[in-house]
Amino acid sequence: MKSESRLEKILASGQFALTGELGPPKSVDVDFIRQKAEYLKGKVDAVNITDNQTAIVRMSSFAVALILKEMHLEPTMQITCRDRNRLAIQSDVLGAAAHGIHNILCLTGDHQCFGNHTTAKNVFDIDAVQLIEMLRQMRDEKKFANGEEIKNSKKAPIKEPRIFIGAAVNPFADPLKFRATRLAKKINAGVDFVQTQCIYDMERFNEWMKQVRNRGLHEKVKILAGVTPLKSVGMAQYMRDCVAGLMVPDTYLERLSKAQDTAAEAINICVEQIHQLREIEGIAGIHLMAIEWEKKVPEIAEKANLLPRPRV
Amino acid sequence: MKNNQPDIIAFCCHYCAFTAADLAGTMRLQYPANIRIVRLPCTGRVDANMILQAFVEGADGVMVAGCEEGSCHFILGNLRALKRVTYAKKLLTEAGVNSERLEMYHIAASQGPLFAQKSKEFTERIANIMSGSANK
Amino acid sequence: MITAERKPFEAVYEFARRHQKILVLGCGTCVTVCMAGGEKEVDALASQITLAARQKDDNITVEKHTIERQCDQEFFDEQTSRKIKQADAVISLACGVGVQFCIECFTDSIVYPGVDTKFYGANTEQGIWAERCIGCGDCVLEKFGGLCPVARCSKSLLNGPCGGSAEGKCEVDPENIDCVWQLIYDRMEKLGRLDELELNVPANNWTAGRDGGPRKIVREDITL
Repeated sequence: MKSESRLEKILASGQFALTGELGPPKSVDVDFIRQKAEYLKGKVDAVNITDNQTAIVRMSSFAVALILKEMHLEPTMQITCRDRNRLAIQSDVLGAAAHGIHNILCLTGDHQCFGNHTTAKNVFDIDAVQLIEMLRQMRDEKKFANGEEIKNSKKAPIKEPRIFIGAAVNPFADPLKFRATRLAKKINAGVDFVQTQCIYDMERFNEWMKQVRNRGLHEKVKILAGVTPLKSVGMAQYMRDCVAGLMVPDTYLERLSKAQDTAAEAINICVEQIHQLREIEGIAGIHLMAIEWEKKVPEIAEKANLLPRPRV
Repeated sequence: MKNNQPDIIAFCCHYCAFTAADLAGTMRLQYPANIRIVRLPCTGRVDANMILQAFVEGADGVMVAGCEEGSCHFILGNLRALKRVTYAKKLLTEAGVNSERLEMYHIAASQGPLFAQKSKEFTERIANIMSGSANK
Repeated sequence: MITAERKPFEAVYEFARRHQKILVLGCGTCVTVCMAGGEKEVDALASQITLAARQKDDNITVEKHTIERQCDQEFFDEQTSRKIKQADAVISLACGVGVQFCIECFTDSIVYPGVDTKFYGANTEQGIWAERCIGCGDCVLEKFGGLCPVARCSKSLLNGPCGGSAEGKCEVDPENIDCVWQLIYDRMEKLGRLDELELNVPANNWTAGRDGGPRKIVREDITL
């Protein structure tokens, strides 16, 4: 094992993994976090905590990870390249490891123009691929990005961070022909697991998985397929029209608009998707992003036959 | 101001507007005497600086009169002039000058009466600006 | 070239009205080419200031002069020198370099910037200039088939693109910004060098650029 990560253990043992997600509050509202975390407790193997997602200032991923750990959930701390340079990131990783945070997800990060502090400078000292490489080097070669050993002084022992390294992949963004290569680059940099952008277009996703399998990439990294329940017709329309690269099949919109109980139908669709994805060769788990609908995670997990979560 | 009439410069292209002005004269059509015509080969010769300079030197209003769209003797000259007149209006507004004091007209060579009419209209417009509103 | 845009008129006029005798000083190189600060733009600004002063009853006289460049001492000749010294203040339409250098050459003079300096760019079509280079100091164009991801990727990714590339456009401003990584992909494909894009580019050394502090070039073979 590379780390003490529960997620790593489950994936290494070949069991189908399930991860969730939680977006921190735009304030010091700890109850908000605890409430959401309660829904996820025991229902998922690890919980992603977003890092100023969409460039909107929220409580830091690191801080929320600590709160989750207090509640005995396993956090996955996210780090973007937009707000921190290599010094700050390495510093945060040492801190995270010191606190027993084992999973770190490496992201490029949305440009600050999308967020609520558009006049800020961005950092982008390194990109997601270089970030993965840097963390791998810290863990495996026990060296900082500058080549120095991770020890406090010449005579001190080496104490490197033992982390399980993740990244995001988007099979649907352009250039489409390059997307499998992007995954290959992250694998070469040392990524252990990846979570995909949420999937609605099974056909397109299968195409990508074919390319991935042709290159043998599914054997080098654990791929978790992203799923987001379309909780309303409005949301489905928004995802289809406003999110670049996302193709939402018309059948879903039809089913949601015709349904008597939209929420129930949304869950049905979500569970179907999970079943379909599970059948695809090379998929090692599901990343369930039920943002603002965390309370439905237990129901979805139950109906998708993903409970109880394995003990490791 | 000259003889209580607004001092107006009219940049006219030789092939159309100037010919129309000439025709107005031949037809004995009255148009304001305070309009001073500057004949150019094409309104495409006009640029924002020329227009601004006219105002600096005391013009109360500036007309730029060229061929009808699609009929410019030099093909695109009048279209370039239109863009530059728009730009000059912006510069004038920034400098606190009422951009209504500048206007672009499209007048064919045979349209003597139209030239007379537009000249009268424009002169009235300038007179109103000068006598009335706070925004000069 | 270095591109610039004329500052908003109110801002420039605010500088002008602090003084009685203004010299509007143009530059004949970069800002002429991007039509922000050359002789023609000097004429336009001088006229605007004159007209505005008339409106507001401000007492401002405006002189005009344009020199080849304001970033080389040679061009501040006798005549130019005299005009600068005779004016109460200068509004320079040169880029940020020229304005500062003018002050370095005439330390007793007050010189205001009349343009906002923008970027190093090319004149892609009539009336349009687009950014191409940010002076990172360590050119990697060869690696990417002649397209610069440092300057032209909104996130300066060296292992791009990110997930925001859609139909060849950058999500930061799809109308105006091409995704340079799409362009790099297409170009490398055309050059038969796609395999090179599989190699991970390591974290960059930014010290050659502005991150290392303000820079200087010293040519020992040329200094006196």
